[in-house]
Amino acid sequence: MNKIWFSPLVLIALLGASLNVAATDEVNVYSYRQPFLVEPLFNEFTKASGIKVNVVFAKKGMAERLTREGEYSPADILLTTDISRLIELKAKGLLQPAQSTELSVAIPAQFKAADDTWYALTTRVRNIYSAKRLGKIDFNYEDLADEKYQGRICTRSGKHPYNVALVASMIAEHGKADTLTWLQKVKANLARKPQGSDRAQVQAIHQNLCDISLGNSYYFGNMLKDEKQKLWADAVYINFPNQNNRGAHVNISGMAMAKYAPNKVNALALMNFLVSAPAQKMYAETNMEYPVRPGVKPSKLVAAWGQFKADDLSLETIAKHRKAALILLDKAKFDL
Amino acid sequence: MLAGNKNTSWKFFSWFFALALMSPIVVMLLGSINASSDLFSHLWATVLPEYIRNTLVLGVLVALLSFCFGVPAAALISQTNIVMGKQLRWLLMLPLAMPAYLVAYLYTDLFDYAGPVQRLLRAWFDWQSPNDYYFFDIRTIGGAAVVIALVMFPYVYMLTRTAFEQQDRNLLRASRLLGCTERQSFYQMTLPLARPAIAVSLALVTMETLADFATVQYFAVSTLTTAIYDTWLGYSDFAAANALASVLMLFILFIVIAEQRARAGQRHQSSRPNTQHQRKQLSIAQQIIGSIFCWFLVFAGFLLPVILLLVMVINYADYPQFIALIATGKNSIEIAIYTATIATVIALILALFQRLHQSRSRMIPVQISGFGYAIPGTVLAMAMLATFGPLDHVINDVAKALGFTAPGLILSGTVFAIVFAYIVRFSAIANGTINAGISQIPKSLDLAPASLGVKTLPAIFRVHLPLLKSSILVAWLLVFVEAMKELPAVLLLRPFNFETLSTQIYQLISDERLEQGALGAILIVLFGLLPIIILNRQKDNP
Repeated sequence: MNKIWFSPLVLIALLGASLNVAATDEVNVYSYRQPFLVEPLFNEFTKASGIKVNVVFAKKGMAERLTREGEYSPADILLTTDISRLIELKAKGLLQPAQSTELSVAIPAQFKAADDTWYALTTRVRNIYSAKRLGKIDFNYEDLADEKYQGRICTRSGKHPYNVALVASMIAEHGKADTLTWLQKVKANLARKPQGSDRAQVQAIHQNLCDISLGNSYYFGNMLKDEKQKLWADAVYINFPNQNNRGAHVNISGMAMAKYAPNKVNALALMNFLVSAPAQKMYAETNMEYPVRPGVKPSKLVAAWGQFKADDLSLETIAKHRKAALILLDKAKFDL
Repeated sequence: MLAGNKNTSWKFFSWFFALALMSPIVVMLLGSINASSDLFSHLWATVLPEYIRNTLVLGVLVALLSFCFGVPAAALISQTNIVMGKQLRWLLMLPLAMPAYLVAYLYTDLFDYAGPVQRLLRAWFDWQSPNDYYFFDIRTIGGAAVVIALVMFPYVYMLTRTAFEQQDRNLLRASRLLGCTERQSFYQMTLPLARPAIAVSLALVTMETLADFATVQYFAVSTLTTAIYDTWLGYSDFAAANALASVLMLFILFIVIAEQRARAGQRHQSSRPNTQHQRKQLSIAQQIIGSIFCWFLVFAGFLLPVILLLVMVINYADYPQFIALIATGKNSIEIAIYTATIATVIALILALFQRLHQSRSRMIPVQISGFGYAIPGTVLAMAMLATFGPLDHVINDVAKALGFTAPGLILSGTVFAIVFAYIVRFSAIANGTINAGISQIPKSLDLAPASLGVKTLPAIFRVHLPLLKSSILVAWLLVFVEAMKELPAVLLLRPFNFETLSTQIYQLISDERLEQGALGAILIVLFGLLPIIILNRQKDNP
């Protein structure tokens, strides 16, 4: 028995190596948002408060991980990139209400949960990008089904959360049957199978593969900042759809406090910081999004795209129709 | 042959490790019990048939292409005198160092309508739109199959070449004496004798393909893994996702069984490998054509992607990127070293148990411990969470009951979970390599030490391990390379503030900003090259 000493030893060594020694002044974040966006903010926060921020970045499966970790989860704050994920976390009972004067002052009612379990940090529009060669056009999302755009539309996967949320808003407006018809017609208009990212669609417009694409607002700003991608962005207009009726579909990025947050005080401090005017300004500038806090202006570049009317459909309604949207996308075989 | 108390402890450890590696799979199967039939009937009525068809077509195409790339290359290198054969012998292994998702991204980017190749063609010929010319569509099942085969064929090449080279030269002589031409004896003797090796390698390649998600995603090809992701992340139906993953497992089980059937009863041990056999002398034209075929594989599977990365590095890399790489690179290497070491040790224990133990069930631990290779990385990560989460809770509850402070999550969300997941996933590779090595050791050596009165364990250290030295090294290196490249499991299981080279590249790729991660990508490739260089040196000086 004692001769096979190596295997148990290795296991024990590994266990030891994996133990995290908890320090006091820390806050732990599970983030769907990308490092380049949130790290500058966290650095500012640490500078101001002395509280160290630990982050896990993930795109998938955060809810699953939190569920499995349960009451021993080290997570304090969750950062997400769309409303549906926040609602999913809430539905699974993984959040707790967070309240402070700062939060209640900073975030308008339509951008937070009624029970204070989640707060929006920024908003982003699902824009329609169009080739400059077409000239200026007033688009509605409904126009994407128009036969005159046959073979001229590009988009990323319909199953991407940003597109699913848009389809959910269409269901809220038109009902399931009409939305399915719309999806089928849009699919028939696609220049190619849904693929790539929102930026790749703008690249395709630049290369004349298509004329129109769906894309979030901030990608436009970020492409203009990138030396390679500026060329693509220069070929398109960013359009705010449905300006003469319900307004453009808007989604949010948001934050929430984990149900079993071990560092609650620090977590609240971080939340307060993230909604503060300087942080809102910085968050919005870094990723070209619209700050949620009233009075904080978006970056000059974003402001230059002009004022727009946003669809005032409640975020909860969008999340509610998410599953129906997925079912319709399957029925239309949108990605196939 | 293992006697006394060692007998039981060896047995205990073999079963312990095998069952531990099997546990996430069992958890996955159990998790599928409550799957809702509503979602299934919806999927079945809409997209699932096409997903399944795509999965099957992709699996068959990749296997077919890997065969067409790997077997002729193996034959040309081991049986003929093509131009630069000596260099190509190891150059053909290089594509193994390339992560499939990276090559997929580079190729889709290169041959896409908006990519440089088509842009250049349009500029030359003044074409304005896609209607003006024909160009193949890279984002199709065919495109995906070609690219996956380009990075996977080296498995087929390596195993088949080894099989060719280790065939008994007396058999070949006999076939020639019986009047076979060189060609006849190759097709009727050499090739059939290599069947087991070809079957194993094709099974590995197909399993890897079926379990893939990231690569096919770049090709906009929806497969069964797409359905698993949709049900889990879209419909938030964990049980249904588990059920679909179990279906995928069945597919793969079928491949494993088919592979074992295909080589049932075929045991071609040779004590006289034909290393100095007469190579077929080709005409100059044939030598050049053969060489071009092999060079094409090296170029498409390795050189071209590396050149594309290097161009990005030259244009975009800067000092801060390099500094950032040191920490992430260290994480990648550490995890890969842990994984390779433990997987190899476990493979040794299991393989020696199978060889030396007399219990009737001795085959089972090796077999069940290899199943993990068939599970997509993300599904495995979910299964790990489902396995270790509850375990962590038990540990904490017990600690609290005993009056200690709860230690927190010591298994899930730590390096332990990542390494464990990797071992589950890559044990099949270590097992296969070590078993192949052990089967080369004559059975008589198992008995010799006992007859000389030496105990089993010292005998293993003095007889078997030295003879297995090269297999151990190969197993360690292959697992190391795979662990460096692995992506989905680490994405979901990693602890706080923990980046690896692969997570960083993935992040940048998803933003179309690979150029800023090109330096890291080159680093993964370089580390992937190390083992190949070492392997090659070792083959040359045995």
